Amino acid sequence: MSNADTGIGASVKRREDLRFITGEGTYTDDLNQPGQTYAAFVRSPYARARIDAIDVSDALNVDGVIMILTGADMAADGLGDLPCGWMVKQKDGSDMVTAPHPPLATELVNYVGEPYALVIADSRHAARQGAEAVMTDFHELNPVVNLASAAQSEQIHAGIPDNRAYDWELGDKPATEAALAGAAHITRLDLINNRLIPNAMEPRAALGVYEKGTGDYTLYTTSQNPHLERLVLSAFVQVAPEHKLRVVAPDVGGGFGSKIFVYAEETAVIWAAAKVGRPVKWVADRSESFLADAHGRDHVTHVELGLDQSGRFVGLKVQTTANLGAYLSLFGSAVPTYLYGTLLAGQYRTPNIYVEVQGVYTNTSPVDAYRGAGRPEATYVLERVVETAARELGRDPADLRRMNMIQPGDFPYQTPVALVYDIGDYEASLDRALEAIDYQGFPARRIASKDQGKRRGIGFACYIEACGLAPSQLAIQLGAGVGLYESGEIRLNPTGNATVFTGSHSHGQGHETTFAQIVSDKLGIPFDDVEVVHGDTGRVEFGLGTYGSRSLAVGGSALMMAGDKIIAKGRRIAAHLMQASVDDVSFEDGKFLLAASNQSVTIQEVAFAAYVPTSYPEDLEPGLSEKAFYDPKNFTYPAGTHIAEVEIDEATGEVDLVALVAVDDFGEIINPMIVEGQVHGGLAQGVGQALLEHGIYDEQGQLVTGSLMDYCMPRADNLPDFIVDTTITPCTHNPLGAKGCGEAGAIGSTAAVMNAVTDALGVKDLSMPATSEKVWRILKGE
Amino acid sequence: MSTRLSRRRFIKSVIASGVAASATSGWYSAAQANRPAGTTERLISLNINGRTRRVDVLPQETLASTLRYKLGMTGTKIGCNRGECGACTVLIDDVTHYSCSMLTHSVRGRSVTTVEGLQAADGTLHPIQQAFIDELAPQCGYCTPGQIMAAVALLKDNPKPTRDEVRVGLSGNLCRCGAYDHYLSAVLRASGQST
Repeated sequence: MSNADTGIGASVKRREDLRFITGEGTYTDDLNQPGQTYAAFVRSPYARARIDAIDVSDALNVDGVIMILTGADMAADGLGDLPCGWMVKQKDGSDMVTAPHPPLATELVNYVGEPYALVIADSRHAARQGAEAVMTDFHELNPVVNLASAAQSEQIHAGIPDNRAYDWELGDKPATEAALAGAAHITRLDLINNRLIPNAMEPRAALGVYEKGTGDYTLYTTSQNPHLERLVLSAFVQVAPEHKLRVVAPDVGGGFGSKIFVYAEETAVIWAAAKVGRPVKWVADRSESFLADAHGRDHVTHVELGLDQSGRFVGLKVQTTANLGAYLSLFGSAVPTYLYGTLLAGQYRTPNIYVEVQGVYTNTSPVDAYRGAGRPEATYVLERVVETAARELGRDPADLRRMNMIQPGDFPYQTPVALVYDIGDYEASLDRALEAIDYQGFPARRIASKDQGKRRGIGFACYIEACGLAPSQLAIQLGAGVGLYESGEIRLNPTGNATVFTGSHSHGQGHETTFAQIVSDKLGIPFDDVEVVHGDTGRVEFGLGTYGSRSLAVGGSALMMAGDKIIAKGRRIAAHLMQASVDDVSFEDGKFLLAASNQSVTIQEVAFAAYVPTSYPEDLEPGLSEKAFYDPKNFTYPAGTHIAEVEIDEATGEVDLVALVAVDDFGEIINPMIVEGQVHGGLAQGVGQALLEHGIYDEQGQLVTGSLMDYCMPRADNLPDFIVDTTITPCTHNPLGAKGCGEAGAIGSTAAVMNAVTDALGVKDLSMPATSEKVWRILKGE
Repeated sequence: MSTRLSRRRFIKSVIASGVAASATSGWYSAAQANRPAGTTERLISLNINGRTRRVDVLPQETLASTLRYKLGMTGTKIGCNRGECGACTVLIDDVTHYSCSMLTHSVRGRSVTTVEGLQAADGTLHPIQQAFIDELAPQCGYCTPGQIMAAVALLKDNPKPTRDEVRVGLSGNLCRCGAYDHYLSAVLRASGQST
């Protein structure tokens, strides 16, 4: 294949897929070690209780049970707590209040499913039986479940009054309140962002191995970021020192945020492997996934948007209570603050914005990043209130948005909520989307639906997101516990092919293909000669993994930098081989060219010379392997317009999503079909939130939606054929001009669908998900 | 429409027959441990992908468990282990079944096909597999073997399905990546129709 078929911009077939379609993928549960044992966790049946006594005598008598370890054993071994990686400053400048989070609970359990012991046995079956035989005396306490009243409820954690982790704000409060006071019209809305449960199809799993002879630990686990996992386990939990711990995340069956975090289970498994002296394996069952994976969203919000006579937005005030769950998960503090409040300007020139967020503890599973992470919540608030304002004022929702949009000439644009947008063309996406949905034809379609006893509605969402968290120093000033760069390394082998190492991780995104396209394009090496390695701290130097749609913009940029270094060194070698001056050597399409001559040497010849230096510059090190750390100068800002059209059956309340258009600006695109797939997936999850999904706890803190029969996720027959398109404004500050595409679908579509449903019903608000029962009740006037 | 079982009918039948793996016991029923020895023959022959496999099977072991943990055929995935997600879909006598909810003993004498059995002897991919590559259908790949098995059964039953018929045909197989659009296109491509 020529590079035109495989380079940047080509829909290259994914090299991952051969193993996936033949059943040869290697996921954590597909790995086994000789002599391995099996772990089963003993979990709290109560949302809040004191542990008075744990009796393991019966469990130890179960045939096959080898060892039972409790939270007390873990504490006795000096293991540390699971940390929260982002320190949020409160309004008064003080640090947020963090409750200790031991991997295995010791004295108190704070959510149903919280692990407090584990049973190690010769078989899965015996481990399960052992776990069921552990007898624990609990003293039940009143759980705090309701988010809205959590601050007035019993105190969950000692030293944390009002169950409040933080009271955070961003923006100019007096200016915003003054703007609202002077506004010609104020639209007010109360919104709930429903709790979601990520449910990657592959349940979390861990296989821990300890080598007694060397003291080396190896942890195979379902992680989106194995180096971060290793860092947390060594620096905070202190299971093993970093240089003696290897973390491998092999094929990972989806993450959507839920596999970013360091959980109790893998911590306990790697610790137990050394105690048992045999490998220990644990695989979650689906119930455990529901109970003990970090959940997403779960906000209660009041929003006020002020507009002047002409319809210009003059002020936006947002008050949100965010459910953090029982403990602060790894990035649980940052999601409802820095990834939420900063996005509330959206695509608009609103001059005054103020947001305050109360982060509260409840006796529910911890809440953390789930596809979009803060940005869908911000978009939902902003795009619901803007659409509602248009309806209240009798304005066309597209026109009202258009007149408030930041214009191409406004960039770089400083928002009132900290971000500086580098580039965009929001009207271009809006126009393309209006055309794709045939907006002109909507009134006629609405009448046609009415004739069939159906109500038709249309809804918009013009979203912006901030991807590739950056730059590191700024993020650390704002409370981040780690840098936000990414590493990349290109190793040219003596025979001229390349092994590429990236610190980002692929669990569905197709990096093995996309990153090979980048390096192939950059160095003029055939695509098939480029191998991409990821997901193993033993092979990749360092990295921060994959989250926040960052891999291409940050990880891909690191590879571009490494490629520049390869070319720079290659020019010196090539100049020597051609007996010329370095200044006269240029590089193009895999060849080093000597100016004003027809002489050239290929990059493969240069690589060979670098390893077999028979003729080689005297002052140059042999070898042709270069690494780079890319630290972004700014976020990237993908943006676009999503438009949904729904038809509601008056008799049944069933919502039929008849069309969903997504026009997105992701900057430059490497592999269009992979991007299309990412958009489809985001849209499916966004539609799922709007119409189907809701994680519900009862008053006692029991998870009511604890199975895939109770928690409804989109299936093939729940979704229409999406209409997706892109516009392009290249990112101004990274070498690929790329912005990121993994989350956009889940950011815009939810608000668009709910705007369409409320339009069809003629109601101001309806809580998600818009199930047929809720819609039917509205239609009946209940 | 086809005569195949719909997802809901299938689930109903599983529940009615009482063989669904219980939500809490997972791999095997807890009651099994006390079963008197020797009441069921344990070393049995299974016909898997056209080959006879001798395997030691507990009386209440599920087919998914046998395939993955006894025979090392890890192409069949377990996503929920209780008949809800479809990741473990295999064909039994050419009809789709959730192997997590089938007792291994119940497939003695029947023909089991897993994702490992689709390629021709010379390694040529099954048309469905090739179409999944061509349409960039998989994302994380975890539900993919199940989707492929559902698609193979669909096309055996209905060689020229409409896009909506494919939707229904794959509706028993959850994909959290939301890759359905490309999956549908791949099945249509494999059936020789435009996507």
